[in-house]
Parts: sequence; structure tokens; C-alpha cells
Amino acid sequence: MKQFKGRVITPGEVTAEAVVTTQGFNTLASLQMALQFGDKEVKCGDQNNAELHGKSLLGKALCLPQTIGSTTGGLVLYCACAMEKNPACMLFSGHIDSLAAAGAVLADVWVDGVTMPVIDSLGDEFLNYVKDGMKITVSADGTVSVE
Amino acid sequence: MILTKEQQAILDGERGETLAKVMKTIVMYGEAFEAEKLVPITSEYNHLVTSFGLKVMSPVYDLMQKLLDAGVVSGQKFSVDPRPLDKNVPANFLQNFVFNKFMYTKQDFYEEQLRKLGLLDDKAFSCTCYMDELGNKPKRGDVLSWAESSAVVYANSVLGARCNRNSGIIDIMGSIVGYVPYFGLLTDEGRRASWVVRVNTTKKPEAQLLGSAIGMKVMEDVPYVIGLDKWIGSELNDSACAYLKDFGAATASNGAVGLYHIAGLTPEAVELGEELIIEGAREYVIDDAELERVKKNYPVIWKKPDAKPKLCFIGCPHLSLEQLKDWTNRIEASLSKNGKKKVTVPTVLTAAPGVLEVFEKTEYAPKLKAAGVVTSYICPLMYMNNPLCKKMPVITSSNKLRTYTSARYYTDEEILSAITGGEK
Repeated sequence: MKQFKGRVITPGEVTAEAVVTTQGFNTLASLQMALQFGDKEVKCGDQNNAELHGKSLLGKALCLPQTIGSTTGGLVLYCACAMEKNPACMLFSGHIDSLAAAGAVLADVWVDGVTMPVIDSLGDEFLNYVKDGMKITVSADGTVSVE
Repeated sequence: MILTKEQQAILDGERGETLAKVMKTIVMYGEAFEAEKLVPITSEYNHLVTSFGLKVMSPVYDLMQKLLDAGVVSGQKFSVDPRPLDKNVPANFLQNFVFNKFMYTKQDFYEEQLRKLGLLDDKAFSCTCYMDELGNKPKRGDVLSWAESSAVVYANSVLGARCNRNSGIIDIMGSIVGYVPYFGLLTDEGRRASWVVRVNTTKKPEAQLLGSAIGMKVMEDVPYVIGLDKWIGSELNDSACAYLKDFGAATASNGAVGLYHIAGLTPEAVELGEELIIEGAREYVIDDAELERVKKNYPVIWKKPDAKPKLCFIGCPHLSLEQLKDWTNRIEASLSKNGKKKVTVPTVLTAAPGVLEVFEKTEYAPKLKAAGVVTSYICPLMYMNNPLCKKMPVITSSNKLRTYTSARYYTDEEILSAITGGEK
């Protein structure tokens, strides 16, 4: 087991299985089809992301460097949370980007009853170490345990 | 974050619970970027990214209704991204059924909300709100609360305004409180370039391909591009602005670029030159081979990769008036050369309602119509975002449309050949 310490963007505690992308996570391309057409597993629809395409994101610990793409990204993430179709948590190796931050904050302020911890600045080593299927535990202080 | 007394009072709920939550959203958003303060929005108008009444986006409309019910609206009027539906655009019975009865069932409801929230007028639907025909063109140095990645990158880079890559909803919330957090592309330091891109091609690079290559390389960083003025000139005329519009949209969608500098051309690069480049900036050299490599690596997700195209979209982001005229000339000439009267693939050119209105009054409009080409104010991306289109071989010269849908990207010349009966 290895521990990484990050910065808490939105707080919470959770344990979930990791899904990992080492390239930017395109929120619109990844989630829109799944949300729009009721995919129960919320499989990633981004054809440009070979690491995630077709994999379920629902309830997973999404490990990523940053999000990219359309500025609908934040509201897509907000909708995913409001519809309870969101990842269990989002763990960024670097500094969070403006779209992901917007989605996280909107969900935190405006959605009742849903918690999606978002931690950033976990470091490049985090993304090098974590692999699909590993068990992730997020603590309230931003500590992320990977085993 | 240090707030003024007025801002703190809003956050404390002195002007109502809903406005307090809006302020809390903006403050938390800023704190994620260590913003020290909020700064006033100075642009005349705002621009929103959410133009579509998608059933699945109900949480967005619920939130907008909460704002309306509480009387929490902005004094700043706004334009918004293009509409997702237009009867002019070819669609079969099943597509029309899915669009109207399943997907965009909230369109009328949401447009009514937009009117109540401050929509400029019924023609204010375009991703290119900064076109003269639309009139939402910020001045250099204006502070914005815009969303829409292609509009933000254009406003920052070509117009010299200051705007972060805000998300939908954040765009209107900033406008409601009248402030945005001071970080990133609002600051002088955040506008400096951490990449130097050298364009060493032997011909004018395709705007949307060059933008794609740079976006994928630099992600959200600011690139300083050297060598492009050789191909597009040192004056921000119609042609250069249209090029930069398409280039920027590709950098923003294939990566997350919110600002680029073009040496010798864009306002800050002209004023400050290489002072804009930070020490230790990384370098990316782009030549013909690199552009070819990038293009070849685009995945082809058509069921039959050699299928005959059923539809062609040109205009994501929306075309300028000059681009509409240019495409008309090129299509007409190519059809003539190939001995044909009409396009061989159903083709849609998209532009803002105000631009189309002007175009319709020109001599070019009947020529384009005679060639069998449809014009529309639609958002091609919204048209394509459904499983029916996934099975449909659609071609486009938009790298943004390619990124988000199953549409296949071709250069302008390849598209021209494909739709006018030439060889691909």
C-alpha cells in the first residue's frame, strides 16, 4: 500500500476501485452519451481516450491528470452528480483545471445528498503508481491510500 | 480570499439565500485556484455555453428555475451557443423522432428560461458571438464571465479580453454576482507562454489540424506560436480572424487551451513579443510530417471505414460571412471542374443567424443554394450527439466536431473534393 497527500477541493471519504487515465479526461466526450441514453454503468464514450473508452466510470475512483475539452464539462459533471451517475471520487495528479473545479463546486453547493470527494495535487508519482482495479481509499484530509 | 464588504454581505445571505449560494459557488471556484480576490466583470455582454434543452440535463434547468424563482438574475444580457435543432438540416424520420420527442424535449422550456434570464434576442444563438453581425465583441482588457471554449480562446487571444475557461453555469453565476475570481488568464502572469511552438511547414497549415496538434501537445498551457504570421499575415483582417477562430477552437477542444499568442499578429504578442515567454518554456516544432502524423492518428470509428459519406458539416465553430462566400466560390468552381451541378454529399454550412441573414442578401446565397448546399444556424455537435448519428458516416472539416462525435475529419481541400464529386 502507498499513500499520497493531496489538496481537498471538495471533502468526503470513500473507498472505490480505480480507473486510470494518464491523458486529459474529456468530460463531455466521456459522459454525455452515457447520461443521455441512460447507460446504467456510465461507460466512457470518449473515442480518443483508449485507456478509458468503454470502461464503467460509475462509482469508480477516477484518477487523472486534468479534464479537457468543452466548457460544458463542469455542468456535465454537475448533472452526473445530480443524477447519481458520477464517479465515487476524482483524484488529480496535478492542479485541478477550471472545468473540473466548476463541476465539483456546483455539485457540492447545489446537489443535496451526493458526496464526490475531489482531491488534486497528488503528484505525478500517484498517476505512475495507480493502476486500474487497485483499491483506493480517500480520507477527509486529502490522504489517498492505494493498494 | 479577501472579499469586499458588499461581497461578504452577499455571501452571508443578506440579500437572500439563493444569491448567497451563487456567491459561495464563485468563491469556492476561485479558492480552488488560490484566487486572492474577486474582480468586476467589465464586458457589456456575457456569453453562455448551454443552449440546448436536453431532457437529460434537467438538473441544469431545475437550477436555472431556482434562480428565476428567487429573482436572482443578471443585469447583463447575454448571447448563447447555437440551437441544436433546425428543420433545414437533413434528418430522417427516426432522427426527427428522437430529436423532438426524446432528446430536446426541454428546448422550448429552456429558451423561455433564457429569455427571462437575459438573452439578448432570438438571434443571439451562436458560438461565434464576437462576429460583427452579432455584436457581442469585447474590448481589449475587458474582464468576462464567458463559457464556450472556442469563444473564450478567441476573446482572449484575438481580442485581448480576459477570461478563464469557465464552465457552463459558472458563466451565468459570475454574471449574476457581477464578479469573477482573479486567477489564471485574468492575470498578467497567467497569460505568459510556457510553450514555444515553431511552425516550420512548407505550406499554409490547415487551421484545424495545426490547432489540434498544438492542443494535444500543450493541453491547458499557453503557447507562443512562431512562424504562422508567414502564412496568415501580420494583420488581423477577416481572413486571419477566421483562421484563428478555427485554429483556436481546435486547440481548445483537442486540448484545453484558453489563450494562445501568435508572434507578429495577436495583440499581446505584437505589444510584448517574446517577453511573454517564461523562462524554461518547452518547445514544439511542427513540420509537414508532424501534421501528417497527428492526422493519421485520429481514430476512425465508422462501422464501415470506407463507407460513402451521408452528410457533411462545415462550420464548427460557425462560419464567418467571408468564409461562407469563400466556400460558395470554391464549391461552385470545383463542381464546374468535375462536370457536376450539385454537391454529391448532402452538405450543411453553419453560421450565426445574423451572419446568415446578411449572407442571404448577397449574390452568393442563390449560387450556394443552386449547388444543393444547405445553410443553417444549427450546432452540428448537438445534431451529432446521439447513437443514430454514430452509425452515420458524417464528414467534416471541424476538428472540434471530430473530437466529440463520430464525424470524420478531412482537410478543407479533401472535403471540397469529396462533396463535389472529385477524388478523395
